[in-house]
Amino acid sequence: MKIDPLQKLMQNKSLLIGSIIVLFLVVLAIVPSLFTSYDPIALDPTAILEPPSARHIMGTDEYGRDIWSRIVYGTRLDLLIGVGAMIVPMIMGTAIGLLSGYYGGKLDSLLMRILDVFMAFPYYVLAIGIVAILGAGTKNLFIAMWLVGWKEYTRLIRSEVMVVKNMEYIQAAKSLGYSDGKILFRHILPNVVSNSIVYGASDIVMCILAGASMSFLGLGVQLPTPEWGAIISGGRAYLSTAWWITVFPGVLLIISGLGFSLIGDGLSDLLRAEDH
Amino acid sequence: MNNFSYVLKRFLQMIPVFIIVTVLVFLMIRLIPGDPARVILGEKAPLEKLAAKRVEMGLDKPLIVQFGIYLKDLVHLNFGESIRYNQPVVELLKVRLPVTLLLTLTSMFFTVLISIPLGYLAGMKKDKPADQVVRGFSLFGLSAPSFWVGMILLMIFSVHLKWFPINGWGADWGDRLKSLILPGLTSAIGVSALIVRNLRNNIVDIKQMDYVSFAKSKGVGRLRICLRHIIRNALIPTTTLLALKFLSVLGGSVVTETVFNLPGIGSLLVNSILARDYAVVQCLVLIFVVVVLVVNLLTDILYSVLDPRVTLQ
Repeated sequence: MKIDPLQKLMQNKSLLIGSIIVLFLVVLAIVPSLFTSYDPIALDPTAILEPPSARHIMGTDEYGRDIWSRIVYGTRLDLLIGVGAMIVPMIMGTAIGLLSGYYGGKLDSLLMRILDVFMAFPYYVLAIGIVAILGAGTKNLFIAMWLVGWKEYTRLIRSEVMVVKNMEYIQAAKSLGYSDGKILFRHILPNVVSNSIVYGASDIVMCILAGASMSFLGLGVQLPTPEWGAIISGGRAYLSTAWWITVFPGVLLIISGLGFSLIGDGLSDLLRAEDH
Repeated sequence: MNNFSYVLKRFLQMIPVFIIVTVLVFLMIRLIPGDPARVILGEKAPLEKLAAKRVEMGLDKPLIVQFGIYLKDLVHLNFGESIRYNQPVVELLKVRLPVTLLLTLTSMFFTVLISIPLGYLAGMKKDKPADQVVRGFSLFGLSAPSFWVGMILLMIFSVHLKWFPINGWGADWGDRLKSLILPGLTSAIGVSALIVRNLRNNIVDIKQMDYVSFAKSKGVGRLRICLRHIIRNALIPTTTLLALKFLSVLGGSVVTETVFNLPGIGSLLVNSILARDYAVVQCLVLIFVVVVLVVNLLTDILYSVLDPRVTLQ
């Protein structure tokens, strides 16, 4: 019996709620102007550090910029960082894991030694080290996160490939004379990729948080570009006077983290159900 | 292969990794556009100092000779001089390293304090309200950025309630311990979220094991079953995870120390990059890597000690 995907989605509560949250964020990111009439960058000397009110529902910062508007316009960049910093390493890591696991031998040892070197750095230390060489900024933040994020995918894929490549159907494909490329992409990849996809959903959460943290530290997105971490960083000087600068962007970060975490949980439930 | 030779093998594997990282850190200064001596000494350095530095670094000599000079300096614990603080990097480390280690230990202490009872509770009361609440906490902990949690804690407990100092590091040990509590708690919340999940799932699995039902039918007391049969076994994988999370907390010190203005090596790394104080950056990156390598090795050893069934390969 084939179950309709939509029905499956309705049964899986985590996946459903997560999807709704993410969909909402995507709408915010695509048409921010629907949700706010304020310019996120324009200064307004008449509205400096105003607390939340009917005019500015989340208050204003030290330049009179509307916080809600900065959050809404920041959504696009934060989601892009989350998804962009996840997808590229996922592809890189999967490719390396496939090659390493399938061919084994010297190539595998070489790639694994490279992996060991990357594993020796704590996440932020490596990302910060790369930014130190390239300089701070949005583009370099992406490059740093790409270079940091591929390791887990390689490890996941490699270990599964090592199991799958010895299975009968792969041996059969080999003896039928299929090319390595065809075996790798048509026969192995579809069977090893599911765990990486589940990991990817929770990795987006990590990437959004890491991107925001780097910007908070002044090493990622640079002001005045609206980005959640950077907005929160701007609130540091006003902790005792203007709590709204700090609190609201964090709430959005948590909501988006929740959305993607729930999708990840839902996907892994789905996967487990299929295994049984 | 017995465990001792495995540990020896792992140790030997660490050596090439360490050498490669050293090469990378050495190259770092040379990858940054511009004269490496100027990169290290900063824009304002006088010409004669620059010339002296070029000779000291051997910049006119082949790269391999320069690397030799760099290694020799490392062995002598000569990490160069900070242009921002005008003192040898070693002196900075003596003051800063203990702060970060204390912070990491405090966080681990809070992590254990939070996650073991919560994980146990959730696992034993699977799908009951207690479990739901704990799972909610863990979802929150995974989604909340630590710098934000830290700022909220500062706002509530330092600014409004005035229980803790707002800024930095106290003058005596009493004050210092006090200033470690909020930052320790901040990084503990994120890590606990993961540990709680892990422990809960372990307990749920182990509760269904045959040896637990056997112990029950043998008439072993409930407390004894919980302590000896369930918790003890559930904690094995969790302890390994805890040891690995020590490293995330250490790496996260970069963020936590910045939020709380603690004078550790995490905030030093961030400030040094912003100030282009590269001698410090080089040294700190190496130190972080050495700690990671050592902790990874210790984790392997710990795992085999805790679980005698494990033979390391």
